[in-house]
Amino acid sequence: MSEKAWRKRVLGSLAVAAAGSLALAGCSSSGSSDSGDSSSSSIIRTNGSEPQNPLIPTNTNETGGGKILDSIFAGLVYYDADGDPVNDVADSITVDDAQHLTVKIKEGQYFTNGEEVTADNFINAWNYGALASNEQLSSYFFEDIEGFSYEEDSELTGLEQVDDYTFTIALNKPAADFALRLGYSAFYPLPDAAFDDMDAFGENPIGNGPYMLDGDDAWQHDVEIDLVTNPDYTGGRTPQNGGLDIIFYATQEAAYADLLGGNVDVIDGIPTSSLATYESDLGERAVNQPAAIFQSFTIPETLAHFSGEEGQLRRAALSMAINREEITDTVFEGTRTPAKDFTSPVIAGWSDSLEGADVLDYNPDEAVKLWAEADAISPWDGTFQIAYNSDGGHQTWVDATANSIKNTLGIDASGAPYVDFASLRTEVTQRTITTAFRTGWQADYPGLYNFLGPLYATGAGSNDGDYSNAEFDALLAEGISSEDVEVQNENFQAAQEILLQDLPAIPLWYSNVNGGYSEAVDNVQFGWNSVPLYYAITKSE
Amino acid sequence: MLGYILRRVLQLIPVFFGSTLLIYFLVFAMPGDPILALFGDKTPNAALLASLQDQYHLNDPFIVQYFYYITGIFRGDLGDTFSGQSVNDVLARTLPVTGRLAVMAIGIEFVLAIIIGTVSALRKGKIFDNTALVVSLLFVAMPIFVLAFLAQYFLAIQWGWFSPTVGAQNDWGDLWLPAIVLGLSLYATSMRLMRGSVIDTLNQDWVRTAYSKGMSRRQVIPTHVLRNSLIPVITNSATNFGVLLVGATVTEGIFNVPGVGNTLFQATLRHEGPTIVSFVTVFVIIYVLVNLVIDLLYGLLDPRIRYVK
Repeated sequence: MSEKAWRKRVLGSLAVAAAGSLALAGCSSSGSSDSGDSSSSSIIRTNGSEPQNPLIPTNTNETGGGKILDSIFAGLVYYDADGDPVNDVADSITVDDAQHLTVKIKEGQYFTNGEEVTADNFINAWNYGALASNEQLSSYFFEDIEGFSYEEDSELTGLEQVDDYTFTIALNKPAADFALRLGYSAFYPLPDAAFDDMDAFGENPIGNGPYMLDGDDAWQHDVEIDLVTNPDYTGGRTPQNGGLDIIFYATQEAAYADLLGGNVDVIDGIPTSSLATYESDLGERAVNQPAAIFQSFTIPETLAHFSGEEGQLRRAALSMAINREEITDTVFEGTRTPAKDFTSPVIAGWSDSLEGADVLDYNPDEAVKLWAEADAISPWDGTFQIAYNSDGGHQTWVDATANSIKNTLGIDASGAPYVDFASLRTEVTQRTITTAFRTGWQADYPGLYNFLGPLYATGAGSNDGDYSNAEFDALLAEGISSEDVEVQNENFQAAQEILLQDLPAIPLWYSNVNGGYSEAVDNVQFGWNSVPLYYAITKSE
Repeated sequence: MLGYILRRVLQLIPVFFGSTLLIYFLVFAMPGDPILALFGDKTPNAALLASLQDQYHLNDPFIVQYFYYITGIFRGDLGDTFSGQSVNDVLARTLPVTGRLAVMAIGIEFVLAIIIGTVSALRKGKIFDNTALVVSLLFVAMPIFVLAFLAQYFLAIQWGWFSPTVGAQNDWGDLWLPAIVLGLSLYATSMRLMRGSVIDTLNQDWVRTAYSKGMSRRQVIPTHVLRNSLIPVITNSATNFGVLLVGATVTEGIFNVPGVGNTLFQATLRHEGPTIVSFVTVFVIIYVLVNLVIDLLYGLLDPRIRYVK
């Protein structure tokens, strides 16, 4: 047996011992002591999906790989159940001004291969993630750091090591919420061993988090990945269980069948076909709470009849013609929450009483009146269409929304289906789309700015509707330049009041996270990003 | 005989090129950029997008992409998935699982078809025959996913006889539930064929001769009747094999079986050209080979059928 494998086995049995002592506190565990089986009762089985990419933090931008990385890595901060950042590896993060931060990390923290975590592990990992030729999917997280370039390979000159446990970050523009972003997986440190062979590392990652891979063959592709607790982890996410088996499901139906059959403990998705019944199936073990996911449809500025004063009137009329309460109740069985703004209720600074938010209320009389005013400027002709991808279960709500518009305004309205997500996004990205289209945003980190800057700032990367408003841009810039969170959020709320007038996108609803758990587990809480806080889950059996 | 086999194997070459070219073209013609889909609702930076597209040759014309793929195959490389795994590995991992599932399903199909079909034929018009007819019509009429969901709900979730999904435990014994569903969805046509074939054979001269020589039913049925009745059933199973591959894709999804069907489905959602083409090509080759084996089986069952020339 290689030394590495041997070490893993030792660590594994340590984990078993740790798990055993936890189980003693709860209720009696079965007595066998020497094999992995004895801890299996406290292993949490949960649903996941095969990571779409190798498990490299900067190259993982989807939830399947994300929940594994969050379990096996510890970043500078993690987000607690409310989405507030808590220091993990960081000892302190000081915001010197809106463009400069100083990070001190705790001494004596280790990767599971024995390497100590130092400032260089962060600097090197971020440089790797940012380098253009490395083609990392999450490279945009580093675009605010000095030295970043999409076009050519360049070093992040804004990162400077002060001593082994201290480094500074200099940004190329004010981003006062930068410290809040540091809990995202793209900012995890990498051990030196990773740089020897990044491909091999992505297959068998070495982290510093609460869990670690259960041996070399822990990741069975397309099947599952098995994690055990990392005894060296000292942060605030100490696991209250023996490990995690993340089972990859091709469909939510299969995961739900396993939950009902007692084959899995916690799932964070409910198939559409069971939304009507899952709350009665599971009782208080059903989870239905708002998530940091905002859904809307975007009307491009270039669409005829949708610019200038006429456009504003029509956008407001459309928004008021949609009966959000009814659609979320009937189509979604109450698993969506009607939108009150452009962000999400789980984000600090969210408000349901912004000035002008009544444009999001169903108001058929006002809608008809505004539409008529717009017709007086230039008469409407044709059909109002909302494009969507048919592979994502969107047809029902798009049809319901179109019907709501049609019945209220008396115009032709319908959905425009695209075969799949890729073809819809291609037309949106190339700006060849000629209708309104569905849009959604899942936040990268729990901050208001993340819902606004990337989507509606002039020229921003995901500004699919090419919205531009100088006043809005100025408020965003002012907010992001202030170190005071209160001032930030005031500006972001004021910026949203402009959006509520201009309606570059029509807010529809916030997605809820729908999940459930078995009778075998307790202390199941879902985090701000809709993923259960696995470390806190306890299992008695 | 050997010449015949050789000719049939050589036929694989045009089948291979024809099917890969056709499937590659169909994948190529799918609208939309798969790389964009990797970024979800977020729009990637143009420079990053372009460099990823280059990596997968997505900006090259169709024939150039196909050329990359084919030359790769001759080096024994079927290409990579978007997650960087080699398609060879993925195939090596998933084929045995689906293979087990298929063998079990065909086994269940044959056992049910031969037993029920023969008994029905021997009791033609009686209550067993009529019941078997109604039940088989039910299985033919029921879409496989309905059958699968019902089996999962009642046999696994309600009564707990099986695990609702398969997942990591996919050895022979763990695949019973999806195999039963697949077997049941296939057996009906084979059963009806078997029944008809046995009735025909029972009326043949040699059967009457055997009885007139004083042989018992117990001697006549297995040797003289069954062996001769199997040919249409086996012919049917060749076409059934195609149904099986389609059915496997559905049942693998429902029972979370990590086999080729499941992987092919996911790859199609992601527009993963190399995976789709390789998997479908392997399907085609297996299909052709299975048909060859079945043609050869005729000779064993009925010595009058020979492949000379």
